[in-house]
Amino acid sequence: MAKDNERREKLCYTLPLGPQHPMYVEAENLMVRVDGETITGVEVNIGYMHRGIEELMQRKNYLQGIFLAERICGICSGIHSVTYCEAVENALGIEIPERAKYIRTITLELERLHSHFLFLGVMAYELGLDTGFMYTWRDREHVMDMLETLSGNRVNYGIPTIGGVRRDLPAGEIPGMLKRLEHLRKRAEHYVILFSSDALVRKRTLGKGNLPKGKANSHSIVGPVARASGVNTDIRRDLPYLLYDELEWNVVTRMEGDVQARVMVKAYEIFESISILKQCLNRISRTTPELKTKTSLFVKENEGMSITEAPRGELVYYLVSNGTDRPERMRIRTPTFTNVPSALPIILKGEQLADLPVIVGSVDPCFSCCDRVTIVDERTGESRGVDEAFLRKLGEENGD
Amino acid sequence: MKERLYRITDRLVSYARRKSPWILHMDTGGCNGCSIELFAVLTPRFDIERFGGVSKANPRHTDILLIDGAVTKKIRPRLRRIYEQTPEPKVVIAVGACAISKGIFHDAYNIDGPLDEVMPVDVYVPGCPPKPEAILQGVLKALKLWESRYTV
Ligand code: SF4
Repeated sequence: MAKDNERREKLCYTLPLGPQHPMYVEAENLMVRVDGETITGVEVNIGYMHRGIEELMQRKNYLQGIFLAERICGICSGIHSVTYCEAVENALGIEIPERAKYIRTITLELERLHSHFLFLGVMAYELGLDTGFMYTWRDREHVMDMLETLSGNRVNYGIPTIGGVRRDLPAGEIPGMLKRLEHLRKRAEHYVILFSSDALVRKRTLGKGNLPKGKANSHSIVGPVARASGVNTDIRRDLPYLLYDELEWNVVTRMEGDVQARVMVKAYEIFESISILKQCLNRISRTTPELKTKTSLFVKENEGMSITEAPRGELVYYLVSNGTDRPERMRIRTPTFTNVPSALPIILKGEQLADLPVIVGSVDPCFSCCDRVTIVDERTGESRGVDEAFLRKLGEENGD
Repeated sequence: MKERLYRITDRLVSYARRKSPWILHMDTGGCNGCSIELFAVLTPRFDIERFGGVSKANPRHTDILLIDGAVTKKIRPRLRRIYEQTPEPKVVIAVGACAISKGIFHDAYNIDGPLDEVMPVDVYVPGCPPKPEAILQGVLKALKLWESRYTV
C-alpha cells in the first residue's frame, strides 16, 4: 500500500507549458498538474502580453485612442475600435448616420467571419488535420480580400472614427462581395460536415472538455463558449447596437457544452454572419451617402459605456470623461479575460493530457485581449508583469 | 583529398539547409496582427513552403527567428533565452513596427523593447502589420544572409 502511494506521488507532477510552446502563437503559461496522464488541476499564468493600454489611452486624445483600441487585438481589431467609438459617442450624446451604421456592421460581421474561419483552422490544426487548417485559411483569404476592399487594410482596418466611419463602401464592389459570400457559405457547409461527421474529429471532440450550464453561468462565461453550454446569450440580441435589431438572424446555441458543441456553434454562426452581411449589402444603397456626424472632440464631464458582442463574446468599454480631449479613465473588459482563466481549470480537470491542446483551443484563447490585467506570479519574482516601482508611482500620482 | 571531401559535404549541407529553413515564430507582446499575417504566410495563398520554410516551435531546431511585438517586461528574459538556445548560424527578423521601434506602444509602461535592444536583428520588415508579401520578402532576404553566414 505504502509502495503504491509512493508510486502515485511519483506520477503526480506539475508540467509547465509555455510561455513559448508549439501549441499557440502567443505567450502564456499553463501549469498543469497531472496524475499519470490525467489532468488534475491547471493554473493559468497570463500577463506575458500585458502592455498597459488602458493607462496609455488615458494619456492620448480620443482620436489617438481609436488606433490604440484597434491594436489591443489583431483578430478582433474592428470590434475594439467600434466599441471604443461607441463609448465616446455615448458620452458625447451623438447619433451616427445610417450609412455609417451599415458600414460598421459590415466590418464587424466580416471580422466575425474571418475570426471563425481562423478558429476552425486552428481547431483542425490542433486535431492534427493540417489539410483542414490549410483549407480554412485559404477560404479566410476571401474574407481578408473583402476587408481590404472595404477598408484598404487587412488587419487593423481603421474604419470607424468618432461620429461615423472614415471610408465609404464603393458601390461597384457589392456584387463581387455577394458572390464571395455565397462561395464562403458553400465552404462553411463543407466544414460543418467535416467537423460533425469525420470519425477522427468526433472521437477527439465528443464529450471532451465539458462545461455544464450551471458552471458556465456561475463563472460568467461569455460568448460562443457560453452558448455552446446552453446559455442563451448574445449581446447583439439582448442589448442591440448598430443595426442588429433591424436584421433577421438567429442566436446559435447548443446544449452539450463539449468541444464539439463549441466548434459547431462557431461553424453555424458563420451562416448567420453571412446572412447578416447579405442583408446589409443589399440595403446599404438605400441610405444617404453621409458618413460622419460632425462633433467636438472635447468631451464634457460624463460617463460613456458600450457593450458589444465580439467574435469571442461580450466586450465592455467604460469611459469617464473630464471635459478635456483625453479620457479620465478608460476601462476595458474583454471576453477572453473572463473565459480563459475561469473556464480552463474547469474544463481541463479529469481530461487526458493529450487532449489539452484541443480543449484549450476550443475556448479560442486570444492572449493579447486577455492580458488586460496583470497576474503576478508570486513564486518566481522574475516573471512579474507590472513594475512595482511604477505601480507605486501611479498610486502616489492618483493620491491613494 | 580529405579536405576536398569536407568541402563538398559542407557545400551539400549548406545547400540542403538553405532549401529547408526552419522558422520559429514568437509574439512578444504586440497586438497579434503581425502573428496573424505570419500565419497567413504559411497558408496556401502565400505558401512559404514553396521555399521550403516550415514553422517549428523548438528553438534548438531553428534557423530563422521571426519575432513580432514590442517585448513586454515579462517576456524579455524568456526571449533572450530563446535567442541563446538557437544554434548558430541564425538570422533574426523583426516583423512589424512594434518589434522595430515599439510602434504604437512606444511609451507604454510595460514595454521593454524594441527587439534590437534584446538581440541583434538582421532583417527589418516594417508595417503595422506588414503585408504577407513583405514578410515573405523578409524571409527570402534572411535566407540569403543566412547562407552567406553558413558558407565557410
Ligand atoms: S506592428 Fe502593428 S500589427 Fe504588428 S503587433 Fe504591433 S501593433 Fe500589432
